[in-house]
Amino acid sequence: MSDTETTTATKAASVLARGSIGTPLNNTLAIARREFVSYFSSPLGYIVIGMFLLLVGFLFFIPFAFLTLGKATLQPMFNSISWLLPLICPAIAMRTFAEESRTGTLEMLITQPVRDWEVILGKFFGALGLLAVCIVGTFSYPVIISRMGELDWGPVAGGYLGLLLGGAAYISFGVMVSSFTKDQITAFFVSFIVGAVFFLMNKALIFFGGAASVIEYLCPDYHFASIARGVIDARNIIYFCSVIFICLLATARSLESRRWS
Amino acid sequence: MATSDVMIETRELSKVYGAQRAVDRISFEIRRGEVVGFLGPNGAGKSTTMKILTCFISPSEGTAKVGGFDVFDDPLSVRSVLGYLPQRASLYPEMGVVEYLEFAADLRAIARDQRRAKIREVVEICGLKDVLGKTINELSYGYRQRVGLAQALIHDPPILILDEPTADLDPNESAEVISYIKEIGKTRTIMLSTHDLAEVKEACARVLIVNRGKIVADGAPDELAAKSGSVKYVLAIDAGKDESVRKSGPVIEAVKRVAAGAVVRELPGDDRATTLEVSVKGSGDQRREFFRMAVENKWDLLELRREAVQLEEVFRQLTVGEGAPRRNAGSKASDTSAATKESSSDV
Repeated sequence: MSDTETTTATKAASVLARGSIGTPLNNTLAIARREFVSYFSSPLGYIVIGMFLLLVGFLFFIPFAFLTLGKATLQPMFNSISWLLPLICPAIAMRTFAEESRTGTLEMLITQPVRDWEVILGKFFGALGLLAVCIVGTFSYPVIISRMGELDWGPVAGGYLGLLLGGAAYISFGVMVSSFTKDQITAFFVSFIVGAVFFLMNKALIFFGGAASVIEYLCPDYHFASIARGVIDARNIIYFCSVIFICLLATARSLESRRWS
Repeated sequence: MATSDVMIETRELSKVYGAQRAVDRISFEIRRGEVVGFLGPNGAGKSTTMKILTCFISPSEGTAKVGGFDVFDDPLSVRSVLGYLPQRASLYPEMGVVEYLEFAADLRAIARDQRRAKIREVVEICGLKDVLGKTINELSYGYRQRVGLAQALIHDPPILILDEPTADLDPNESAEVISYIKEIGKTRTIMLSTHDLAEVKEACARVLIVNRGKIVADGAPDELAAKSGSVKYVLAIDAGKDESVRKSGPVIEAVKRVAAGAVVRELPGDDRATTLEVSVKGSGDQRREFFRMAVENKWDLLELRREAVQLEEVFRQLTVGEGAPRRNAGSKASDTSAATKESSSDV
């Protein structure tokens, strides 16, 4: 018997040929596509887009735009959107992992021949896709403004880049929180509250004294404002990219820890 | 040659959750083409073992290989050679059936030009033709399970792991799912967990019985039943005018005198008769003694039947007792306390 066992061990590798495994790009895209499309199979996608555009349009853009008459600038709009990101992004990201682990579809997904990070990136990009749709929905505003006067397109491009990066950072944080819980409402509130605290930090620098510059650097809105001025500094880009990287890495750890619990 | 046929192999596999050993040093081998029933009460470690084999969770100790690939070193290859249907397969409720199968095909890296054909094939095998236009949340539980099965089959895997594929299905639905599994099993290695013994007899050539994280039996269903080496009698005795017999105590005592060491259970019957199930070790035939007993006591014997022990009995013997939670024992019959004590000490 022990003879056969050793043979088993040595021959083991040739028992079956490896089945087909998708390329990382294809797997990530397939997951991202499914994630993105699923937002529109429930009211969530429409609610998020509708709420976003409504708020941007009425509550902020119209009064601000007309108060700055004579100056063709989108600065007020970007500022108002930057206030919306900590609210909208958690709503987009809350269900990514929480809902799937609650219903059990995560087990189905993870036992496919996909790597954990493909699942994470897929979900991240799927959620980012929804935010991108929201942002694209505001493209009519620069067009309108540019008809009203000479629009400096540099800050506009910067503003949109900042929105995308800032949004991506909030979403990555939301995805991470979502991977810690099975309840999407919990995921929403935790990522909303923490996100809001970080967002507001640079509005209260006066209380931090010596630590002010550190606090300021940690605040996403500080980096956003800097990019939205049209000054694209590596520091700001690095900030957003590291937030995204760290959050997604923590998500990967969280998925991995599921295996060992 | 034969040694390279081991499709699923575990050695001393354990999974510890806190203080509890959900899987306790399990070792087994499943060879090419086998359809193996993985049997055990709830919480015996069936799902945990399957989750380890499909690399959803990692073992605490021991090794497991699927298709020759180690679950720890090469999870991607393991998953690529198997199809998995988790317990209560959850599918994305908002997706259409076809859309879902396309997604599954995507993740299995099935080439675009083959995809239609593959989907058509699994739709055929799993009988999904009638529901192609529906979304998953519109489907009955049975159909959802079939979509789950179709998903597991889409890449034509040599190995299938199915975790309670018929749980929560009505008898018709589970019969259908089992017939699909039998069909599929002609060309594949299948590991199937269930606690429905009829299904095991129907679909599986081999049974692994697990209890409290350990394998307690391994063999063909008939073999296991034979190995347990006991016979069962069912006897119904009419109370007649003898009031005392209605309480069934005297009958049970008399039966125990006739068959020493027997496990006696009272079965639910009508008021006038005491119906007993008597399990006796060995392969003898004591029908004559039971008959004489009835005659001597002037009882009317309404029914007397001897049957070889069924798989159910083996399962019950192996998974009840030794302090195991007695989940099923009392549910079928209104055990007298004496019988209960007997059966738990007997195992």
